[in-house]
Amino acid sequence: MILTGVLLAVIGLGLVGWFAARARARLLYTGRGSMHSMPGYHGWHMALWILVPGLLTWAVWSGIMPGLVNGAVMADPAAAQLPAEEMHRAAILAEAQTLAANPDAVAFDAKSQALAEPMRAAQTRFGFMGAALILIAALAGGGYGFTRVRARFPARTHVERAVLALLLAASLMAILTTFGIVASLLFEAGLFFKDVSPIAFLTGTHWAPGNARGVDIDGNFGAVPLFWGTIYIGAIIAMLVAIPLGLMSAIYLTQYASSTVRKWIKPTLEILAGIPTVVYGYFAALTVAPIIRDFAGSLGMANPSTESALAAGLVMGVMIIPFVSSMADDALAAVPRAMSDGSLALGATRSETIKKVLLPAALPGIVAGVMLAISRAIGETMIVVMAAGASARLSANPFDSMTTVTYQIVQMLTGDQEFNSPKTLSAFALGLVLFVVTLILNIIALRVVKRFREAYE
Amino acid sequence: MTETKLTARNVDVFYGPKKAIDNVSIDIDNGIVTAFIGPSGCGKSTFLRSLNRMNDTIAGARVTGEILLDGEDIYAPTMDPVALRARVGMVFQKPNPFPKSIYENIAYGPRIHGLAGNKADLDVIIEQSLTKAGLWDEVKDRLMDAGTALSGGQQQRLCIARAIAVSPEVILMDEPCSALDPIATAKIEELIDELKENYAIVIVTHSMQQAARVSQRTAFFHLGNLVEYGETSEIFTNPREEKTKDYITGRYG
Repeated sequence: MILTGVLLAVIGLGLVGWFAARARARLLYTGRGSMHSMPGYHGWHMALWILVPGLLTWAVWSGIMPGLVNGAVMADPAAAQLPAEEMHRAAILAEAQTLAANPDAVAFDAKSQALAEPMRAAQTRFGFMGAALILIAALAGGGYGFTRVRARFPARTHVERAVLALLLAASLMAILTTFGIVASLLFEAGLFFKDVSPIAFLTGTHWAPGNARGVDIDGNFGAVPLFWGTIYIGAIIAMLVAIPLGLMSAIYLTQYASSTVRKWIKPTLEILAGIPTVVYGYFAALTVAPIIRDFAGSLGMANPSTESALAAGLVMGVMIIPFVSSMADDALAAVPRAMSDGSLALGATRSETIKKVLLPAALPGIVAGVMLAISRAIGETMIVVMAAGASARLSANPFDSMTTVTYQIVQMLTGDQEFNSPKTLSAFALGLVLFVVTLILNIIALRVVKRFREAYE
Repeated sequence: MTETKLTARNVDVFYGPKKAIDNVSIDIDNGIVTAFIGPSGCGKSTFLRSLNRMNDTIAGARVTGEILLDGEDIYAPTMDPVALRARVGMVFQKPNPFPKSIYENIAYGPRIHGLAGNKADLDVIIEQSLTKAGLWDEVKDRLMDAGTALSGGQQQRLCIARAIAVSPEVILMDEPCSALDPIATAKIEELIDELKENYAIVIVTHSMQQAARVSQRTAFFHLGNLVEYGETSEIFTNPREEKTKDYITGRYG
């Protein structure tokens, strides 16, 4: 609570500093060329000297304060009765924290009630201590900044550097988050592979995590049916729909359509990309799947299931069309006009030109687009959750219900789950496989696109 | 003895509402080189592209008047532009070999038009075309290399060989040397001189020296009009029109 107030105070100080430094710099201004930087830059320079130390101290203190508070509470005589087990103790401390913040709450565990008072005291003590430190840092920074308001001081250059640092930090944020995700995936997957051998996981053909108990743990974590379902739905059925339709629509749009037609069709096609996947999901489950089931029935299949790989794959393919089409569109547009002119001037028809010159020249770009599309399709979740079914089955029959990696991840992590069982942890191993595969697809696709660009520049 | 190959009568070319060529009439003869000169934007390339209907590929381009190839109206509804372009070949400003092998670049046209019955026939066409384009000796040992790996001048000769391979009657060249160095340019000019025996050649050029060197007839275009057309020697030594004189003496353009 106190820390939030201090945060606002630091921001307020920054604002005050901005105005103060700018006002002082204005007094120094005696005419053209009398100052290195305009007063506004001095304002920003000052504000940065307040905000950066203040916020850094705040961030550091926010990080270490819970530890300090817990340490103080553990030193309290009431803490002597706490159980030694880590998780249990953490739960009681967390409850004490809630009680400290809200005295009217009813304690679930009497031990935490006893700790509420020491907790509150420690929070107040360390809160004030932190507030003082933060304000000292901000004021000290601000004081230093204020002494720098001089006519010759290059505030503009310094602010420029701060902007650079800010932009760098912003771009690093996404990268760091990715590393964080990879690290957590690796860590959890590592826990899983302590219980289940990676070989059994990657090559086993029986997937029944619910049955995995005791000795036969390896035999129930064979993920091959999931990989097969993922590839069959995302990389085969969906691509059989998306590649021809996407490619043909790209050819039509770039080579044949008049600008009026293109103006209407292109945005409409892009709307497909904007539909939430959950909407595709229930379209697949409620509209497409029953039609396919009836069709399977009319083909003479006994007991066709409502959920089928075909329903999920078809709808996923439609979802991917704009993706393939816009990548192919770019690739075709990147082929110089001189190529098609050369072919037309030799007396080739338009479709001969497209087939023999444009498509081969654009092929690398198109292949890259398809790979990105596949990596999107195999990571897609909602459609398969709703329409593909849950049975881990190795089957080539598109009317069978199948399951995918993403579907199983959802299964393993939703609902009441014990967090340390191999069943739950398997989600992370599956996620890791998915991550590695899509990463490889993306890297290859980007390299192909890069080489292709170089060829024409 | 020359005969008229292409006849244009009262030709206008429009890009949308803009008139790029205004009432041009010209006769282009077989067996000689005809040069189109004029300042940038004068319409000479536009007119060239209307001779094999390449303007059809540009949205909004429209041609009126009459253009006859051997007395046949090339804009008649019965004329297939695809078949026409096989008879009136074209070489572009920037060499534009396809991203395929040298062999495949030449084989492209004959394959489309079914000119070779078998591989042996095709090989003959390829050797002949490359020989006529003066490229055979340089590339005969590496026909399967990429056409784009050749030098600029070689690429342009490859494009000429590609055009020759479909046995056209007319070859249109749109500033074929403007992207080449002087040595490659000299080779192409030599080649043009040899080729004129068998084809009607029309060349658009910015270089008046080139027009003087390679052509027998010269047409001077200015602002979409054909200002003067006549024997090259006449145009360059004794132009009838003041504008032509100004242009060839470097007064503008």
